[in-house]
Amino acid sequence: MERIPAVQNFESVEVSDLISKVADFKAEGYRLVQICGVNLDDDTYEILYSFDKDHVLTNLRLDIAIGTEVESITGIYWAAFVYENEVHDLFGVKFNHSALDYQGTFFKISEETPWKPKK
Amino acid sequence: MAKRTIIPFGPQHPVLPEPIHLDLVLEDETVVDAIPSIGYIHRGLEKLCEIKDFNQMVYVIERICGICSFGHGWGASASIEGAMGVEIPERAEYLRTILHELSRIHSHLLWLGLMADAFGFESLFNHCWRVRETVLDLFEKNTGGRVIFSICKAGGMRKDISNENLKEMADTLNELKAEIKELTDVFINDASVQNRMTGVGVLTKEEAIELCAVGPTVRGSGVVQDLRLTGNHGVYHELGFEPVVEEAGDCMARTKVRIREVFQSIELIGKAVAKIPDGPVDCKVPKTVDGEFAIRMEQPRGEAFYYAKGAGTKFLKRMRVRTPTNINVPALVKMLGGSDLADVPVLVLTIDPCISCTER
Repeated sequence: MERIPAVQNFESVEVSDLISKVADFKAEGYRLVQICGVNLDDDTYEILYSFDKDHVLTNLRLDIAIGTEVESITGIYWAAFVYENEVHDLFGVKFNHSALDYQGTFFKISEETPWKPKK
Repeated sequence: MAKRTIIPFGPQHPVLPEPIHLDLVLEDETVVDAIPSIGYIHRGLEKLCEIKDFNQMVYVIERICGICSFGHGWGASASIEGAMGVEIPERAEYLRTILHELSRIHSHLLWLGLMADAFGFESLFNHCWRVRETVLDLFEKNTGGRVIFSICKAGGMRKDISNENLKEMADTLNELKAEIKELTDVFINDASVQNRMTGVGVLTKEEAIELCAVGPTVRGSGVVQDLRLTGNHGVYHELGFEPVVEEAGDCMARTKVRIREVFQSIELIGKAVAKIPDGPVDCKVPKTVDGEFAIRMEQPRGEAFYYAKGAGTKFLKRMRVRTPTNINVPALVKMLGGSDLADVPVLVLTIDPCISCTER
């Protein structure tokens, strides 16, 4: 058995290109691995979308100013609802046209968007 | 037209050791839709990376789960090592592989017990957990802990395990095989167990792929997907690893995957113990973390994702963990559609849900 190293593929994507890029991945047989938010600074988030094909990971970086609304990818990968609702509840990122939007009730947390930078 | 009813299932329910809630939409006694809710005990452990340094974060991440704690500690360590560009000694990789497979045996035996309890076989439940005690004893003898081990660190292992102890571990597991076979034969051959599981909760291969399912849930649907195939963690590439796959996609198939994986893990441990080289078990690591690294581990419940992003200090900017149950929830929703209300507890258990992991 050949050892496949944990290759670090990170590509940047713009908000306007996200859906077409993700749709291309789906058409090419990629599996959605995860979506997460990263605080870059007080004004910027990075949303990291990770995909797998043949056990190789590819990550899409989406850098957005806080307050930017992002198109949901649940129309392409329905399972993305678990991640998008998590990022919404913790970071306050709004995903438009979600196939399953919990409206901020996915996590029952005492504080609204606790991981959003406090200014 | 059948009467439509919504039944709340959980978060407190006899079959659920941890809280997940499902709104079950029923027509008569058939589930036509299920809406999952989690988040009752969200702990925000990932956020602690801002106030705990990278060494402490390994212990924090290990506490995500009491069943696959070793794997989480390994995942956190490996992502930090990757961000640092550190390669750990080969003996440490072997020790990690051995303890990870021991965790898989522990996890699957625990799950088999819970499953037996769910379909009403209390003696079988007790016997599965009795056998599992021997595995916990091996953990205690070799790491000092039964649940949380704190033996993994960025840079390798905190302590070595002697070759004599490893040999004893492999021998003990080999002796357990006959007893495990006797127990697992009940799951596979008993008529009433077959009634509860065969043909129930079918997830087709296409559905499993579409819903991005992982672990025994996806392998029970005929999909060859196992991160151990990559060999990018551990020494699986040197042990002749082949993933366990079943085709039927029902509860019985997922059970058979886990049963076969118990025996496979015993074999893998035996091979690793026979091949483990002598040498150091840790190496020096930088005092700060820069860069970023994403890695995946094949945990007992399936693929887990770890991402470490350094901040140029001893603290991480981000520690992300995506656990297997997170992404098996959509597959569970699919399985529940069309099932009988009486099968819901068995179906929920069939993905081996760990809400503690999900609520990291």
